[in-house]
Parts: sequence; structure tokens; C-alpha cells
Amino acid sequence: MKIHLVVNGRSHDLEVAAHALLLDVLRDGLDLKGAKRSCDTQVCGACTVLVDGLAVSACTYLAVEADGRSVLTVEGMADGESLHPLQRAFVDAGAVQCGFCTSGMLLTARAMLAENAKPTRDDVLHYLRGSLCRCTGYRKIVDAILVAAEAAR
Amino acid sequence: MLRPFTLHRPDTADEACALLARLGEDASPYAGGTELLLLMKLGLLRPRHLVDVKRIREFDGIGDGARLTIGATVTHRTVERSALVRARCPLVASVARHVANIRVRNVGTVGGNLAFADPHSDLATLFLALDATVELVSPRGRRELSLAEFVSGPWETARASDELLAVVRLAPWPAGTASAYVKFGIHERPTLGVAVALQLDGADPGGMRRIGGSVRVVDARVAIGCVGPQPARVPAAEARLTGASVADLEDAAGAVAETAAASVDPADDLYGSADYKREMVAVFVRRALRIAAGRARGAEPSGRFPHAVVA
Repeated sequence: MKIHLVVNGRSHDLEVAAHALLLDVLRDGLDLKGAKRSCDTQVCGACTVLVDGLAVSACTYLAVEADGRSVLTVEGMADGESLHPLQRAFVDAGAVQCGFCTSGMLLTARAMLAENAKPTRDDVLHYLRGSLCRCTGYRKIVDAILVAAEAAR
Repeated sequence: MLRPFTLHRPDTADEACALLARLGEDASPYAGGTELLLLMKLGLLRPRHLVDVKRIREFDGIGDGARLTIGATVTHRTVERSALVRARCPLVASVARHVANIRVRNVGTVGGNLAFADPHSDLATLFLALDATVELVSPRGRRELSLAEFVSGPWETARASDELLAVVRLAPWPAGTASAYVKFGIHERPTLGVAVALQLDGADPGGMRRIGGSVRVVDARVAIGCVGPQPARVPAAEARLTGASVADLEDAAGAVAETAAASVDPADDLYGSADYKREMVAVFVRRALRIAAGRARGAEPSGRFPHAVVA
């Protein structure tokens, strides 16, 4: 099937199978390896990307559903060499350990801040439910998100 | 990885049902895919045709009336944020906020959740307490079933293979109803879900708080999900609650919870042993009733329970 999608601001016309998953199209088709395949069952958040601003599990989302939409992956967060404020806050807070969950955490946080510019710690924890860090470094991840939210005000 | 299939995207319910009738067991309705695609990846389901129902306009949207109508393809996220749902059935919006995780809520649909009939569904349990009905459409016409008739077992419904779930209808509780939904579990899918609603005499919530002790329960709903093959109301517990004084609910909650625990027939599985689940039913029905009784007095629960979500 022919689809047209904008990924990180770049337009793509692609021919994909109906059963192609968005994660595979991004990783293998467009060589964007930021979103990870981990649980493959939508419980972990490692494959999170934003489709028209909404967080979705790219591992369980048909690529054809993104037709005509805008997709953001972690590769699209920085502005050239300049990190996005969330990325900067993650670095400053030491919120990255092994890094496997980081792209999903960043994108989930970005979606949350677009909806709620003044989140409480509880708001962040609620939104991150189902975003797993197996290094268990949640405290610094939440701290970083709150710092980024504060800095944006 | 998914096995190949053909994707159909009909614009009307008639077209979709005709496709399902023609393709038979080779086809499956498809909306958010949050349940269906998981089982297809595991190879447990192998449909060769998916019929996408998201372009069917009449399956979308939330409508007001004597009953609240929620289209089958409305996402959990839309329910959570709907001003209409918050006004008419606030607990539904509150529970929608806690379904799975943000990614599932953004994509997964109310109709998909009900039609999939996973026993670990928050919505099905809560909707039973709202006397939910579902409207099914097929080439033979339309029919309306109670949710209890529709969900016939674990992952089993009364839906024929060429039928589609169009909308679900909820009967909002009257003003002055105190309610709570509590779910408990350490997995993504809850081990237990409990919905309680207590309709109180004296419809003005402000007045209810003032006269406190004399307020009585005139109608009660208790629904329990996740522990049995399908969610179910507990008429014996509801009967014990009806006529009770709100002031006595703190004490009565224990006995009602034991009644509820005796009514369930759980199985041993990965979510816990049958004995454990029965015990948890008693614990969480008691807690849900106390939370609802507190809300009748205008008090929100202050504490939290480990591994539990209170909506």
C-alpha cells in the first residue's frame, strides 16, 4: 500500500505491506534506530513514537495507520546539534543509564508536556505508567522531566 | 512480526458487514489493534483479512440522551477527556484514565475492549454497574443486548462473525450516587476490578453531606471483574446494601465484602491462586465500599493501597 508520512519533518512516500509495523518501517526502512523493540506487547514503552503528537507503541501499530500523519522519533527531537530541553535535562540529571528506555521516556514526556505544561510529580508518574526503565532509574527521569517543565515556563 | 493479511477499509457498516459475511472466519474486525495485533503476532489468531471499522462514521463519537452513547471506535483517551462523559458518568472518565498505559489509551477503543472480552477488562466491569447495553449491526439488521448477554465467557461474545459492535449505551447513575472503582494487580492487566455505586436518598449531594447519618442506600451496584471467566454483578451483595444507612456502611462493608467473595469462582492462574483472589475480592470490595461511603460524605480517600488504583 502507498503511504505518505512526515517523519521528523521530512516527507516520505513509501510502499509498505498492510501488515508492516510502524516500528519496522522506521528502523529498517528509514534507518531510524531510536525506537526499540523490547516487550513487543505495548507494556514497556521502548518503541514509543509520537503520531500527530500522540504517544503510540510503534511495535503494535500498523505503518498504514500513519498515512497522512506526522511521526516524531527521538532523532527528530534535537535541533541540529542543539539538544531539546528534555534531552538536556536528562543529561544534566543523570537520567540516562543503559539508555534503552531513554527515547521512549523522552517522547512520552514530550507528549505529556504538550498537554500539561505544569505537571506535578504525580502527573508525571501517571503519564509514565507503562514506560519501564529496567535500570530502575525512575527518580532521575522524573526529576529531569520536572526540571525541563519548570525551565520551559 | 505479523503474518500477511489484506486490509479492508469500508466507509459504512453495511459494507463492513457484507465483507465479514463474505470472508467468513478468514476475517476479523479491526480498530485500534491493541488486543488483536498482539494475538496475531503470537500466531494465536491468523486472520487473512482485517476489516478496519474506524472509517465508519456512526461508530465514532459520544452522544447524550436518556443514556450516554459511546461509539465503538472511540478511544479510551477520548472517553477520559470527554466533557460529556465527565458530566454524565464521571467514574467512566476516571476509569478510562487508568486503562493500561497512555499508548494503549491513545489507540485502543471502547468497542474493541468489549468485543475482545478479555476477562481483565476494567470497562466491562464498570459498564455492568451502569446497566450497559451494546448495539450490534449485521446484514440481518440491528439488535441490542445487555452487556451481560454480550460477554458470554473469556474472550467470547454473542457477536456473530458478520456482526459489528456499533455503540455501547450507559445508564448514568442519578445525582447523589456515591461510587468507586478500585483495581488491583502487579501486571499491566489487573488481577481484580471492583465497581460499586450507592444511590442514596435525597438527591442533593450538598444536603446529603449535611444530614449524614440519616441517608440511606436506595439502590446499590456491585460488579466484580478479572477473577472469573467474565465480569459479573453480585446481586446478593447489592441486596445487603439496599436499605443500609450510610452511617453504618463502614461496619456493613465487611459483611458485604464477605458475601461478594463467596459469590466469585476464581481459578488458579498467573494472576494468583483462587484462594488468594477470593481473599482479595473481600479486601477490595470492603475498601471500595468505604471509599464510596466516604465520597457520600464528600471525603476523598487519603491513603493509597499498594498495587491498587482508585478511580
